[in-house]
Amino acid sequence: MKPFKSFDDMTAEDYAAIGMKCGLEVHQQLLTTRKLFCRCPAGQYASDYDAEILRHMRPTLSELGEYDGTALMEKKTRKNIHYRLHRDTVCTYDIDDSPPFFPDPYAIDIALELSMMLSLGIVSEIHIARKQYLDGSIPAGFQRTAIIGVTGSIPYLDRRIGITQLSIEEDSCREVSDIGHDRVYLTDRLGTPLIEVVTDPDMRSPQELAEVCQVIRWMCRSTGKVRTGYGAARQDVNVSVEGGTRIEIKGVPQITRIPLLAYNEAMRQCALLHIRDTLKQRGITKDTLNCSTHDVTRALYRTPYEPIRKAVDLGHRVKCVTLNGFAGLLNHPTQEHTIFAKEFADRVRVIACLTKLPNIVHSDTASEQLTVRDWKGVRKRTQAGDNDALILVWGDDADTTTACQEIILRATEATIGVPSDTRQAHKDGTTGFERVLPGAERMYPDTDLPPMTIDPERLKRIRSQLTTPSWERQERYRKLNIPKESIEPLSASPRANLFDKLIDDLKVDPIFAAVVLMQRFKHFSREGLHPELLTDDQIYVVFEAHTQNKLTRRGVARTFRWHLLATKHNHDDAIDIKEVAADLSAKTYSQDEQVSIIAQTLEQTRTIEFPDDGALHRFVIGIVMREVGSVVKSNKVLSLIEKTLGSHGRKDKQEEVA
Amino acid sequence: MVDDRLKGYRNIARDVLSRFKVGVWSDVEIEATNGRFRGLILPRSETADDAHVVIKLITGYNIGIAAASITNIIEHGRREAKYKIAEQEFPTDPKKPNITLFGTGGTIASRLDYRTGAVIPAFSPGELYGSVPELADACNLRTEKLYGVFSENMGPEQYIKLAEKIGEEIAKGVDGIVIGHGTDTMHHTAAILTFMVQNPPIPIVMVGSQRSSDRPSSDAALNLIKAVKVAAEGDIAEVLVCMFGPTSDQYDLLHRGTRVRKMHSSYRSAFRTIGDVPLAMVDLDGIKELRDDYHRRRDDREVTINTAFEEKVTMVYYYPNMKPDIIDAIVEKGYRGIVIAGTGLGHINKPIYEAVKRATDKGVHVFMTVQTLWGYVQMYVYETGREIMELGVVPAANMLPEVAYMKLCWTLGQTDDRDEVRRIMLSPISDEITDREPYNGYLIFQGAIPEVQEFLRTIKR
Repeated sequence: MKPFKSFDDMTAEDYAAIGMKCGLEVHQQLLTTRKLFCRCPAGQYASDYDAEILRHMRPTLSELGEYDGTALMEKKTRKNIHYRLHRDTVCTYDIDDSPPFFPDPYAIDIALELSMMLSLGIVSEIHIARKQYLDGSIPAGFQRTAIIGVTGSIPYLDRRIGITQLSIEEDSCREVSDIGHDRVYLTDRLGTPLIEVVTDPDMRSPQELAEVCQVIRWMCRSTGKVRTGYGAARQDVNVSVEGGTRIEIKGVPQITRIPLLAYNEAMRQCALLHIRDTLKQRGITKDTLNCSTHDVTRALYRTPYEPIRKAVDLGHRVKCVTLNGFAGLLNHPTQEHTIFAKEFADRVRVIACLTKLPNIVHSDTASEQLTVRDWKGVRKRTQAGDNDALILVWGDDADTTTACQEIILRATEATIGVPSDTRQAHKDGTTGFERVLPGAERMYPDTDLPPMTIDPERLKRIRSQLTTPSWERQERYRKLNIPKESIEPLSASPRANLFDKLIDDLKVDPIFAAVVLMQRFKHFSREGLHPELLTDDQIYVVFEAHTQNKLTRRGVARTFRWHLLATKHNHDDAIDIKEVAADLSAKTYSQDEQVSIIAQTLEQTRTIEFPDDGALHRFVIGIVMREVGSVVKSNKVLSLIEKTLGSHGRKDKQEEVA
Repeated sequence: MVDDRLKGYRNIARDVLSRFKVGVWSDVEIEATNGRFRGLILPRSETADDAHVVIKLITGYNIGIAAASITNIIEHGRREAKYKIAEQEFPTDPKKPNITLFGTGGTIASRLDYRTGAVIPAFSPGELYGSVPELADACNLRTEKLYGVFSENMGPEQYIKLAEKIGEEIAKGVDGIVIGHGTDTMHHTAAILTFMVQNPPIPIVMVGSQRSSDRPSSDAALNLIKAVKVAAEGDIAEVLVCMFGPTSDQYDLLHRGTRVRKMHSSYRSAFRTIGDVPLAMVDLDGIKELRDDYHRRRDDREVTINTAFEEKVTMVYYYPNMKPDIIDAIVEKGYRGIVIAGTGLGHINKPIYEAVKRATDKGVHVFMTVQTLWGYVQMYVYETGREIMELGVVPAANMLPEVAYMKLCWTLGQTDDRDEVRRIMLSPISDEITDREPYNGYLIFQGAIPEVQEFLRTIKR
């Protein structure tokens, strides 16, 4: 196999050559006051808790009377699942001790609105489904979810990206820890309404993935009805290459992390296909694969390698799996800084619950851990040949038995190609095994709630108030020459509708309006003020005063600032922003008054040395504008200053005054 | 005959499907005014409206499409669902005890049909072994489905047959009996079985689930495993209820059939022993007895089956403003017995005294229990109580109202003699009346109290 190019060197053509296809599942929490299926408050997080309960998940029979692969896997892990409950955020519904209440109608409204923006076909009747999750992340063992719309698209570059569906669902628990056979969850996030937007596999490179993800995120935000902040939007990234399989990378919170993760996954699939082909060349297929398990504890009683020696001291077992004909392959790179052996270590960690790392040692990195003498002993006991790879695991008898079974299972999968995994995203851009990818069999109808009809009047109402999609706004803003850095945030801002009104109805200069609403307001927030509390009407009247020439641009900003300051310090009294604007604009300055202010200012600056007249002008205008700037434009003041200082120069003026 | 291909569809939805010559299990593409949808047409629930067509999408989700909005349907094929539940032979081991599992309804283990949402119960030993293989660790299992009814539809006919069947199984020599039962009236059935099946030599264990068995978090399999363990290995030869102790997956409690009551509409830990303590805890490792005043398992096959039952018995839950005509109506309709659930220590209001007197004068047997559930009827404490007794109302000590009801049905099935009825009712058969209420027999903690919060923080409940 040709070495895989580095992330930076990969081109669109390179990705086309390996047949990369990507899709997204964007999860976005909705900004509701309550949870989806109960009346607990949404969006309240706390790491402390009042009580804990313990549960186990048991796989249920699938359609053909068999267990789903994921379900079986979770059963093998024999996990004790501990839920931490905080009295303010959890009720008996959350812990699966009560049937659901009817879903929050406001959450459904938001989902309908987003479905319309994605031009999806909207269902007429909502059917709640149960989607099984056996990892314990939802105490019921399933997530309640429902389709709101199917088959739509969004524009991207010169083409359209297909949207498979939009569903509404309840969020899962936050994991605290997962050590050995005990997994701990916090239940505060559980039940928060979120939507899942699933795209078709229409993206062809990691960069396209991130860009399309961004488009969807801005679209969601443009409604002003979704949660923001870390974890409020998370995406699952689906990646496949030619000959590989669809792999799902779960829960990536930041879009910037997507490209490297997708790159690594593409590389991993290519590597696994290469390993399969190599094995085939060596005559090893699913049917000819020969693996065996041996207890080698006695051969390693005196090993200097600490993890194994400690295990032996505790009375644990050391077991060895021989993989016939695998020699050398365990070191094959699969992702950046990652080798094939990690595929085995991951399975042992997740399924056999041997979570303390390192949890395996293998014969392809012989020298680093075990001594030559140790390996000799192991090889003798297992009667392994030079072409065989050996993997050692240690721990209690049950866990090591599971571990050896998993190693053999993973080796079998290596002869087939890329196993269908759900993978977790690591910080370094690589992924690790999380669980077996579940199938459509894990969906089944919720018998606790009846189907719910969506009233056409409701659709009409939502459609009439629909926000213009962010991509359409962005197109318009570009034409209006809005500063580049403000285009996307403004298009997704809840102020976008107001912005349209300002420039369409009041004819405010678009750039000025954008700078105030985006940059100025951001500045106010940094000062500790709360511009988000200003209503659209309040903002409108201030701009209106501006277009009536009652306030200059400076006057607009000053009105907002004074109002925000006053509001911050007068909690009880509502302050009318109109009065603030009126106060500022009430004071008018005749030309004579302005000249007199300029003269006074010059008098005050008499003793100061300026390098040149330009500096003097700037200084004077700064002081004068502080007084008159709200109602007099700076260019007027400047020309007056120039006139006053004018042909005389500073000295003459000073003398005159003297 | 109704065309099965349009199962559940009526009126407009039925018309649309007929018009495009498609039906249930058609794989279709539907064009509607609000979008295009591809999926499999599912049968429509009989209780759902007539305005929508339900399809299952390839992703497994179901959606409904308004029939009126459908402009075209193209059929791509048909895929009919076939239900089958996998069976594996239940292993037999001559060294293991023989257990009989009676099914009365509800589902202990089940497979859900993903296409329709219908629950298909697993009940034969083979089916049960397929879903709860742990059962084979404890016993050899024989199953017999007696009824398929929701527990609220259990009644005298079922009680009698169940008691007789238990007698037959005991005679055949089984080592224990498990009864799968819906939870709503499980405590009623437990009570009547205690009276109908007296002095059994083996455990008779009733079991159910509060979370249906088609969900991964269900308590069904765990309850069943423990119930079978109790029937196979336990030493308590009584009618028992085996259900979750705490909401956590930790242990089940064994409750005496006459002192147990369902106390929450949905919690896993809904079943509680009232006014006493449970008999034992049971987890996957074993049975831990909490008291020793129980009937021991015996080798003999002796048992007294008495299936007497008078149906004309009612229960009156007293409320302020109750009018005498209620009591008169009951008497007029020929009822032979009334159990009153009175307030406090066992009280009713003065206006109905006369009606009660008319009832007892006519030979109707009236017994008093308490709505408070915990505590004894004490009719000597207040004058009211003494007056009520003078009307001929008999205080039923600390018998739970539902238990008193079942016992009165059973008693009146045997005799109508006033003194004899009174004697049978007040002679406890299995702790339906106890001499003493232990200090830890009444525990209803209140949240937010600091020490209770501390308890909840440290103890998984």
